[in-house]
Amino acid sequence: MLSEQEQREIAAERAHYEQPQAAAIEALKIVQAHRGWVSDEAVADIAAALDTSTAAIDAVATFYNLIYRQPVGRHVIHVCDSVSCWLMGQPRLLELLRAELGIDLGQTTPDGRFTLLPTVCLGTCDRAPAMLVGRDTHRDLEGVDAQRLATLLAAYE
Amino acid sequence: MSQKISPPDKPLTDRIRPEHAPFDVAEYERAGGYQALRRALRTMAPQEVVALVKDANLRGRGGAGFPTGVKWGLVPHGPDAPKHKYLIANGDEMEPGTFKDRLLLEGDPHQFIEAMIVAAYAIQADVGYLFLRGEYHLAAQRVQRAIEEARGRGYLGRNIKGSGFDFELHLHTSAGRYICGEETALISALEGKRAVPRAKPPFPTVAGLFGRPTVVNNVETLCNVPHIVNYGADWYRGLSRTENGGTKLYGVSGRVCHPGAWELPMGSSAREIIDEHAGGMRAGLRLRGFLPGGASTDFLTAAQLDVAMDYDAVAKAGSRMGTGTIIVLDDQTSVVAMVRNLEHFFAQESCGWCTPCRDGIPWAEKVLDDLVYGRGRPGDLELLEQQTRLLGPGRTFCAHAPGAMEPLQSALQHWRGDFEAGIAPAAAAPAIAGPATPEAPRPLSEVLETTPMGPVGEGGR
Ligand SMILES: Cc1cc2nc3c(=O)[nH]c(=O)nc-3n(C[C@H](O)[C@H](O)[C@H](O)COP(=O)(O)O)c2cc1C
Ligand code: SF4
Ligand code: FES
Repeated sequence: MLSEQEQREIAAERAHYEQPQAAAIEALKIVQAHRGWVSDEAVADIAAALDTSTAAIDAVATFYNLIYRQPVGRHVIHVCDSVSCWLMGQPRLLELLRAELGIDLGQTTPDGRFTLLPTVCLGTCDRAPAMLVGRDTHRDLEGVDAQRLATLLAAYE
Repeated sequence: MSQKISPPDKPLTDRIRPEHAPFDVAEYERAGGYQALRRALRTMAPQEVVALVKDANLRGRGGAGFPTGVKWGLVPHGPDAPKHKYLIANGDEMEPGTFKDRLLLEGDPHQFIEAMIVAAYAIQADVGYLFLRGEYHLAAQRVQRAIEEARGRGYLGRNIKGSGFDFELHLHTSAGRYICGEETALISALEGKRAVPRAKPPFPTVAGLFGRPTVVNNVETLCNVPHIVNYGADWYRGLSRTENGGTKLYGVSGRVCHPGAWELPMGSSAREIIDEHAGGMRAGLRLRGFLPGGASTDFLTAAQLDVAMDYDAVAKAGSRMGTGTIIVLDDQTSVVAMVRNLEHFFAQESCGWCTPCRDGIPWAEKVLDDLVYGRGRPGDLELLEQQTRLLGPGRTFCAHAPGAMEPLQSALQHWRGDFEAGIAPAAAAPAIAGPATPEAPRPLSEVLETTPMGPVGEGGR
């Protein structure tokens, strides 16, 4: 069941388009913002809210890097692995993150705090390497050391 | 009210103050903002705006360099034209190495909004969308606030400034997929469908979003429009050093002293951009080559640094200007590993709709992976070359795969020895034990090249 809040937010997005299904991505993002991820049940509920089939919504949900179809940690860390960051030492940053968090790409820390994922170019290549923690972009991480990384992550409860 | 005395020579970034909040609507108005909109609405017919932009020789900044005025002219105009038309700003910006549209949207959101309204007026669109990549949270927040301010001042909505022209603008944030930047995939995405590209024709200008005439323009392209209306086509062409009008937001990333982005006259040379603006290479490094305009452009070499960075000159040099954001390859980075990184991106971001792209790019990545680790086999280079042909222009459903092949084919051409060095020495190659297989499976590339239903292209259609 979609909450009343979710329904209201989805209805507002729906009003921006000629056809209801056009609000699919926004609806998925709204649900994810409230629940952290998008379950099968949520996909079906969104389909009903947008007068379309579950298959049509799942075809959208499974297409995007930023829609999580499995539970994730409270904060998702997306490390850019595209070319400019790679040139500027992204592999080292990733090693530090792995060591700091004790997890590999695609995993969540046992306390449910962080999930570590790769991402493509974050559009901040002049200040590479970069990563996204939740909604925050962190840049200029070339010379970062374990201590600075720990301090940076400590801001995320 | 303060009037600009002389027209700016860096119109796009004139009002951007790095590390500061962007101008709000009142500050923007005081700096001469929304004057172009007033002028267009009061004194120009929509077709006159189209003609002016044509005359200015503004070319699309999204990568292909298509003349913007010409594109606008393809939309049905006049009393018999469909009532609803759409204008979409392409702010997907996911091409690795590209970071220019973000600067414009974060730095001067009202410039973008004014541009949208003027462009919409020119093509008589009643609804517009900014299609923005999902990771650009700050840009989204600033644009959304600016939209609300503009609506509050009567620049958006019904009967804008008493002109009788109606226009609504909405922000659509995506959820991370490179192919959404391709304009027909973008339209699928906006309709809430799986974002695979569509066949052309029909072109979006005739049947686009929800089947209605639709113009898709890059964010930077659009941001030029108010300035052209304010200062004229001659002024705009005069900003440039070449035939392609205006300025360009160029960028440099990689191991240079000062990576960044700068608005410069169109046609500035790559050498000037890299040496003067980006401060040249870091100590101890030499430039070996560069991608002139993002991940999907052919490498140029150090010998080609004097190329004028505009659409025609870079094409003549054997590459594409693309997005104008340069990625530098230095002499201490493995070119094979860099190309592997690029192909990893393209393999992952293939939408999967057509087989050559879906299967071919991951295969190329795997071969490159072997070469990086010195596990390559004899014939690997030929196989890669074959891939660059099989995935070349006209053989796949959209330009994603040909774009993916550009850095690969050019790197093979310029630096073949680097790739050859990744082939395992014959002596070290493991001997195949047991009886020889009677009939070795044919490589997929061969199958693809000979199959009658093979990829569309020279042989197909
Ligand atoms: C795979 C692919 C990705 C693209 N990504 C973008 C993009 O992120 N932004 C963009 O403006 N154009 C992108 N384009 C180009 C668009 O299809 C289209 O040509 C452009 O938005 C038109 O705008 P313009 O005429 O103002 O350049 C992409 C094209 C392809 C084939
Ligand atoms: S070329 Fe690649 S991205 Fe384009 S339609 Fe085919 S599979 Fe999709
Ligand atoms: S390559 Fe990492 S931000 Fe662009």
